[in-house]
Parts: sequence; structure tokens; C-alpha cells
Amino acid sequence: MNRVFTGATIACIVLAMIPLGSILLEVVKNGISAISFEFLTRPQGSIVTGGGGIGPAIQGTILTVAYASLIGVPVGVLAGIYLSEYAGNSRFAYGVRFFNNVMTGMPSIVIGIVGFITLVATIGYFNITAGAVALSIIMIPIVVGVTEETLKLVPNSVREAGHSLGIPKWKVTMFITLNSAKNGVLTGIVLALSRIAGETAPLIMTILGTSLYFQGLLDPVDALPLRIWRLASQPYDHAHSFGWGAALILIIMVLSLSILLRLLVLEKRFKLGIPEMLKIRRMWK
Amino acid sequence: MTSEEYVGSVDYKTERADSDVLSYKVSVRNLNSWFGAKQALKDINFDVKENTITSLIGPSGCGKTTLIRCLNRMNEMTASASVKGSVFVDDTDIYDGAVDPVLIKRRIGMVFQKPNPFPTMSIHGNVAAGLKLNGVRDRKLIDEIVVDSLKSAALWDEVKDELDKPGLSLSGGQQQRLCIARALAMQPEVLLMDEPTSALDPIASSKIEELINDLKRDLTIIIVTHNMQQAARVSDYTAFMYLGEMIEYGPTKQIFENPQKDLTERYISGKFG
Repeated sequence: MNRVFTGATIACIVLAMIPLGSILLEVVKNGISAISFEFLTRPQGSIVTGGGGIGPAIQGTILTVAYASLIGVPVGVLAGIYLSEYAGNSRFAYGVRFFNNVMTGMPSIVIGIVGFITLVATIGYFNITAGAVALSIIMIPIVVGVTEETLKLVPNSVREAGHSLGIPKWKVTMFITLNSAKNGVLTGIVLALSRIAGETAPLIMTILGTSLYFQGLLDPVDALPLRIWRLASQPYDHAHSFGWGAALILIIMVLSLSILLRLLVLEKRFKLGIPEMLKIRRMWK
Repeated sequence: MTSEEYVGSVDYKTERADSDVLSYKVSVRNLNSWFGAKQALKDINFDVKENTITSLIGPSGCGKTTLIRCLNRMNEMTASASVKGSVFVDDTDIYDGAVDPVLIKRRIGMVFQKPNPFPTMSIHGNVAAGLKLNGVRDRKLIDEIVVDSLKSAALWDEVKDELDKPGLSLSGGQQQRLCIARALAMQPEVLLMDEPTSALDPIASSKIEELINDLKRDLTIIIVTHNMQQAARVSDYTAFMYLGEMIEYGPTKQIFENPQKDLTERYISGKFG
């Protein structure tokens, strides 16, 4: 019986890895040929003859995600701190937790529509701010949930040690409790960033997509998921090849974000020899 | 009763009158504590002299931990806990409305049952944390205090070459001495210790006991222990508690050799508890 069970778990792991592996394989196989310096830096060329690149989409994704996390990370982390450290078991906290869970499962197109109504229809044109707000709405519940859960794992004795030194509660929370939970919180943030970097639906309703580089906070920008979707729906082989290339870039970006943060966070002494990297490490410490 | 009222009261004057030699560092007056509806401390009164070690002993659930946590206002941080009464440190009632429960903890240090170094901080960082987070910016001063505190906690020789290592890399006994150093760095007047050796092996425990004895020179120490031999070894005074009441309090020798109350005698001789 033991063997059957072990066998079943292994079989399921293999089953789960098949789609992941084959997607990666297929994207690399089809996308690698499209990648060149021009592809990474130039705007889209003629639709019919091809050429150019996905520069604006790469820039747009980086900017939109950064903008969204500028809103989402502080709000999410502080709200998570509230739920874990201040709210206790009040009815209000229970309500917030419940709606936070509901928000985690909210269809992203609905959030896109919210962004459209509040920040596109009122301003008059599609813009990056609307996109960032929509993405931050997707991000916040994930960050809130992970922050609360990881903070709850910090033993109470650590908080008490802080209090016993006459340190005010907000400092105990920010510099001792949150610091003790930083690995988990950062992992949660990376999870949320990866999730929003790949979102398409809310972006269609907000930033629209363009073949221009960033113009301003109230103008449309491009993004990789949007660009992939556009390229894939065109009837040209060169567009499809570009689409695969863009997909590969998106996957690499998300993956390297996870790997980078893992290196920074998981206190393993990787000697990378890159001064910038060490500088970031020191910042987190 | 506020401290001013207390100082003006008959109690205080009579106490002062017959205690020109004895100066009390900590005085507990009519202290009661509840968890929800359950009363954990019943009308506790006792005085602790400066530069002495006082043990609180008693069976599990007798309220000794609750009592020690009331002495730096840590107890009220537990949800559902409430406290009534007065605890004077010198002439300040720490339960006075005007006293900031955060600030008072800087004068009254605490060491906990299980070693609890800050998990993400180095040895140096652990000892320096209290100073830094209380706004001390002078690096040189911080470094000096860290060295002094580690020396006072008898840990310096073992860690002087690895101050940057994580606090959690130390052994259990070393971690507990690190926690003592962390408390000492705030230069408290009173040090509360809640079963500081209960999670340690006998050798580590005896080191801590020696240390406690050395610290007496600069500090007033109140220690909770479930180990009667430890109480007999380290303390000058002992208080026996049972079911939230302080049954007997006196010089350690007297409590162990000639207890006045039958209940104390039975506990000391191991008939219950």
C-alpha cells in the first residue's frame, strides 16, 4: 500500500510537470530565433512586412508593474500588518479577511472594467495610471494574505522580547516582527508581481497597447501580454515568431525576478561578484 | 492610588520610618490580575530590596509568571488580561495613568523562559537592537555598550570574534546569555527573569546562575523558578505562591529551613506541587 501511495504521488508530480515542461520547451524552441538586439529595443515595424521589435512592450511591462507595485506593496503590506498585529479577532477584521479572500478570486476582466470606468472614461483616454491601479487591485489581496499569514508565524516571544526593551509597538512591528518575516513577505510580493506581469485582460481595458514608448503617466503604453495577444492574432508568420519571442522574454523576466529575489532573500551566501547585487543585498539586510 | 498619594499615605511613612537602612527598589501593593473572569493574582503585597535576588516559587499555575509579567506591565499586553493595583519602582507607581507602559520597560528588563533572540539579527544586532530602536545613533557608544553588555552576560569571550554571526547560531545557553546581554544593554535598574534556565541543560543553567549572582551588584533581580534548589542557591529572598496568592515571603534561608506556614512546608518538602 505504501508503494502504491508513493507511486501515485510521483505520478501526479510527473503529470503536473508535463504541461509546465512542454510549455517552456515550446516557447524556447519557437521564440529563441526571434530574439536579437533589435527585437529587444526597437518599436514594432510594419505589420505586413515585419521587422522592428518589442521594445515598447518590454518597457511598458516594467513600468506598469513597477507603478502598480508602488501602490500595491505598501498598501498590501500595511494592511497585512494591520490584520496580523492590530486587528485581533474583531468583527471588522473578520470582514476584511473575508473580502480580501473574495478579491483574490475576482476575475481580472472585472477589475479591468473598474479601471476603465474610474480612470479611463473619466480622463478620456487609455493610460498607464489606470493600468497600474487595476494591476495593484489584483496585487493587494495577494500581498495582504501572504503578509498576514507570515507575520502570524513569527513567534509571540519575539514580539515580547522587543516590547520588553521599551521599544514602541510600531517599531517592534516594522523592525522586529516584519523583519523576522521578511522572507515570506518578499516571496509573497514576488508571487504577486509574477501574477500581474502576465495579466492581459485588465490591460486591454486600461492601457490599451501602443507601438510607442512611454509618453507620460496619462498616456497609453504597451505591455508584453498585450503585444503577445496582438501578434498571435495576426495572420503573418513573422508576427507569430515575434509573439513567441515576446512570450519567451516575459517568462524570462518573471523567472529572473523570482530567482533574483530568492538569491537576495534566502540568506544563502551566493558569491555573485556583482557589486550592484551586493548593494541590493545590503539594502534588504 | 497614585505615587503622590502613596508617598503621602500612612503606609509609606511608617515603612520609611522603620526602614532608614532598607530601601525598597520594588514595592507591590494590592496587586490583582484577571484573565477574562478568572482571577490569577489575589491581592499581592511584597517589597524587594535593592541589589538583592528574589525568587518566586510555587506549583504550576500559581500565578508566579503572571506576577513577574505584571512588574513591567507586560501582562496587560496579553488579550483578555487585566491588572489592578500598584507596583512602585523607587517612588514611581508604574500603573499610574501618567506612566508610559513603553518607557517603563526600559527601566525594568526582562528575560524569558525560552531564549528568544531576534531571528534575523546578528549577535551584535541583537544586543544593539534596544538602543538603536530607542533612537541611539552614536555608533561608538552602541559598540561600547554591546561589548560591556556581552561581558556582563559572561558571553564576550565566546563570541568576540563572531559578532556578525546570526544570534540563532549560538547554543541554547549562549542564546539565553545573549538575551540577558540584550536586556542589560538598556541598563535597567531591575531585571525580571521568567524561568530563565528551564529550557537549558544543567551546565548552561549553572552558568546562568553564576551570572545572576554577579549581576546582583548592579541590579535588583526577581526570578521565577520552578526549581526549588535553584531558588535556594541563588536568591536572598523567596516568595511562595499558591493559587494566585502569596502564601509566604521572607529570607530564603527562613523559607527553606523554617517556613512559618504549613502549606509552604508541605511544598518545600515535596508533598505536593
